[in-house]
Amino acid sequence: MQPTWILIAGRTTRQGTSLNESKFGSEYLDETQTLYMNVEDLAQLGLQPGQLVRLRSVWGAAEVRVQPDKRGELPRGVVFLAYGDASSRLMGADTHGTGMPDSKGIEVVVEPLNIGSPPGAIHERSGAAT
Amino acid sequence: MSANDGFRVVENATCTFCGCVCDDMILKVQGDRIVEAKNACVLGKAWFLNHQIESRPVALIEGQPASLDEAVERAAQILVNARYPVVYGLSDTTCEAQRIAVAIADWIGGCVDTTTSVCHGPSGMAFQGVGEVTCSLGEVKNRADLVIFWGCNPAESHPRHMTRYSTMPRGLFVPRGRKDRTVVLVDVRRTKTAPAADIFLQIKPRRDFEALWALRALVKGVEVDPRIEEDTGVSLRQWRDLAERMKSCKFGVLFFGMGLSMTRGKHLNVEAALALARDLNQFTKFYIKPMRGHGNVTGADNVVAWQTGYPFGVNLARGYPRFNPGEYTTADLLARGEADAALIIASDPLANFSQPAREHLLRIPYIALDPKETPTTRHATVAFTTAVYGINVAGTVYRMDDVPIRLRPALPSPYPSDEEVLRRLERRIRQLLGIGTNLHPNPPRNSHVERAFS
Ligand code: SF4
Repeated sequence: MQPTWILIAGRTTRQGTSLNESKFGSEYLDETQTLYMNVEDLAQLGLQPGQLVRLRSVWGAAEVRVQPDKRGELPRGVVFLAYGDASSRLMGADTHGTGMPDSKGIEVVVEPLNIGSPPGAIHERSGAAT
Repeated sequence: MSANDGFRVVENATCTFCGCVCDDMILKVQGDRIVEAKNACVLGKAWFLNHQIESRPVALIEGQPASLDEAVERAAQILVNARYPVVYGLSDTTCEAQRIAVAIADWIGGCVDTTTSVCHGPSGMAFQGVGEVTCSLGEVKNRADLVIFWGCNPAESHPRHMTRYSTMPRGLFVPRGRKDRTVVLVDVRRTKTAPAADIFLQIKPRRDFEALWALRALVKGVEVDPRIEEDTGVSLRQWRDLAERMKSCKFGVLFFGMGLSMTRGKHLNVEAALALARDLNQFTKFYIKPMRGHGNVTGADNVVAWQTGYPFGVNLARGYPRFNPGEYTTADLLARGEADAALIIASDPLANFSQPAREHLLRIPYIALDPKETPTTRHATVAFTTAVYGINVAGTVYRMDDVPIRLRPALPSPYPSDEEVLRRLERRIRQLLGIGTNLHPNPPRNSHVERAFS
């Protein structure tokens, strides 16, 4: 069984400023495809900053690059991704009768991919986080 | 507005990028660009300084340029022929445009829903269950001596909230500003807001309900098991200290973010927070407010509520409003494949909805209104380019504390406002449905828009 992390999706300043330029611009795409992780968690997985990983939830998957968290922001076991296409792919469609899918606190697995390939969401809907 | 060294200066302009709706902007305008935005935060500056007149057609039908009239016709046909249409978005446009969008949903017998349903929708449900002990940000500025941020990160998402309203300003009863206040942050992450707080309580993810319920018990003098630390990651001593501070402050306020509404438990998390604030009024004055994201998402709640009785997720198919989050909310209508057409105003569900919802939206005809090109406008059957509210368009927006603010636009746009497009659409829909077209006068024709695009 692979270890799971708790994903929190949220706003960042850079996501907010870059969406005013364009949602198709490199800065917005870069910010919304960067996963922040506690440095000890990075070391545990043997990941280098900038390395490509595949995130999987029970609902979907996305490819993003990892970076160490800023200012020790994240406790171990918690990862952060700015709102965008990648975070949406990991969300479930079920809103539990509220209209609001679970967008924060989603369990994900983090799978290292080869260094060098460009990030981009992969078009897959299922794939269990086991 | 005043002329100055070849620039025009627009004073007291309003930033509509976030729910703070700061109305003290001083904008320098040169030609059709805003070259300086004094008083704006980093997000506000990006909002104003990136504003440019897009070189896009006023409308596109299936990706091909079209006139405004052609696009209105096609959009009206889609909506009147749909069996279960949804009108969605609305949080980044004026109240005047929101009103017409609700009318359209009513005429076509569809659902009307706003982006509230995917941010503070659960909070809206909780308000109905518990109520909201509310106050304005002006009262916070002048009176609050205890300010708690829970599951929100104003330093990054509402950068002037603390300096303009909540922690820094000197107020009537807090004359020394920050020195007269205690600021507490409760969050899973040690965010950029943490250095601005006196006390930071780092709780475990998805344990907000347990923490808030324990605080309710402590406030009422009920014993709490010390194992609360295992549950929440914060010791009983720290929770007890916070409970005492809450009871003994003169004017406390709890601002909560989507850390509560988007996490498992959702409306129950918010109900716990609302109940805590309500309970505290047995001891002192204590208030609670959600941190609202988009510039006029609060207006959307108000307008939809005053027109239908409910704030979001409203079905008008039977000729009277029915409210049922989870059934009539857009994320669900799309993900379940129920909606067969959509009118999307000033929002981008193709960027932020779940994959099943996005896939269904791509399968159905829909209309999008937006000043910018977005994933949603790119795939729309009919896309309208509209003027930017607050920068090009006057109107009313509601600040996150439900205070309405009048917009003072800085420069004109060759594009029509959302309100104008929706007026035309609403009128054409009524004609097609044979509903009294004399109910409203002809929509005001915007002569420069006519010249440019008809
Ligand atoms: S805090 Fe919000 S409203 Fe105020 S200037 Fe910044 S982005 Fe604009």
